[in-house]
Amino acid sequence: MMNRSIVSIADYSREQIERLLERTAEFEREPNHPHLLEGRVVATLFFEPSTRTRLSFETAANRLGARVIGFTDPKVTSSSKGETLKDTIKMVSNYADVIIMRHRLEGAALYASEVTDVPIINAGDGSNLHPSQTMLDLYSIWKTQGRLDDLNIFMVGDLKYGRTVHSLLMSMRRYNPTFHFVAPKELEMPEEYKLYCRKEGIRYVEERVFTEESIADADILYMTRVQRERFTDLMEYERVKDTYILRADMLGRCRENMRILHPLPRVNEIEQDVDDSPHAYYFQQAQNGLYAREALICQALGIE
Amino acid sequence: MMDTTKKSLQVAAIENGTVIDHIPTDKVFTIASLLQLDRCNDQVTIGNNLDSGRMGSKGIIKIANRFFSDAEISRLAAVCPNIRLCIIRDYEVVEKRIASLPDEFVGIVRCANPVCITNNEPMKTVFYVTDKEQGVVKCRYCGKEQNIEHIKLV
Ligand SMILES: [Zn+2]
Repeated sequence: MMNRSIVSIADYSREQIERLLERTAEFEREPNHPHLLEGRVVATLFFEPSTRTRLSFETAANRLGARVIGFTDPKVTSSSKGETLKDTIKMVSNYADVIIMRHRLEGAALYASEVTDVPIINAGDGSNLHPSQTMLDLYSIWKTQGRLDDLNIFMVGDLKYGRTVHSLLMSMRRYNPTFHFVAPKELEMPEEYKLYCRKEGIRYVEERVFTEESIADADILYMTRVQRERFTDLMEYERVKDTYILRADMLGRCRENMRILHPLPRVNEIEQDVDDSPHAYYFQQAQNGLYAREALICQALGIE
Repeated sequence: MMDTTKKSLQVAAIENGTVIDHIPTDKVFTIASLLQLDRCNDQVTIGNNLDSGRMGSKGIIKIANRFFSDAEISRLAAVCPNIRLCIIRDYEVVEKRIASLPDEFVGIVRCANPVCITNNEPMKTVFYVTDKEQGVVKCRYCGKEQNIEHIKLV
């Protein structure tokens, strides 16, 4: 049997990505299909809590007419009593048609997909992969720019620990992007991803400054949170903490098509006054997550 | 002349079997455990910290009447890439084999990433060798690349 699990989309071809984008667009036009998954059971196993991602997946399943089972708190499940992941997955496989799982350990979703015939959708495995987030990011770029090719993408903030920027970077490799990595020294893009860019022939520049001038030719401004606990040197944190904050008065010279993305939740890295700008797109981006997840659930179930 | 003879006799010769020579001194016992020599009923000679012109100090393992499979030899590459094995028949070296890195290791080495699923589930590890020259391996599960030099056996 062909395994339809969606553990990673990093190796998807242009055609596979485009098909998912088209489907996501269809679900945006009409999110409600109450009979599409009638009689199906979707399991959401959140071994690590993530209310935002779980609500988005469960809403997607509900809008497609599926029944949802699952758990979110690892303390109430038997995995805290020493049951292996394999045994939990085998047990749930007896009940569900598709398993959406989030786990704190890296590689958990891939391993789960190897021990069951029920398709697994990876809703995040530690700091490793999070394909539904990547898919909604790609969709948001595609929708706002009309294409994925030849874009100037600025990634700002914590590029060291930011899983979403790493996944986005890899999934954009087939689209001839130019990346600007804007980060403080301590949180700059890890060498392995810069090496990846050089191997794949992806252009990138690294920048410390973040000003009205420096972002003037951006098509996409992908903001991330700079967290205090990520710094080993707190003096450095105090020095840079206000450098990577986007304010409305920095948008005066930016391109008309430029859109601001953020994986949310934000703290203070985007000032409230940016929310009213036509360039702000992060709330719609989060909403796109619902449509992208509807598309992913259908793909995992093999529904055209 | 006398001296050389004495040195070459530091470890007794075997009639048939396998000799692994020029082992880095810190790898001798790892190799012995990888080959499960503690469970071997044939005559096993392990020498360590012996004089070696080439590398200063070395280890050597001689196993009588044992000939290792390709799979066993490629496992050795996980701890000691390019180590040489001499196949002995009738006191003569009849063949030399090199433990070169295979394309993948299954269930042999441990992932260095503590939050990798393989370190938290009773499961086999899988590593792909991504760079044979530099000895770089990549964990199938967490995707972390690591150097074979720093890797530990399961
Ligand atoms: Zn690993």
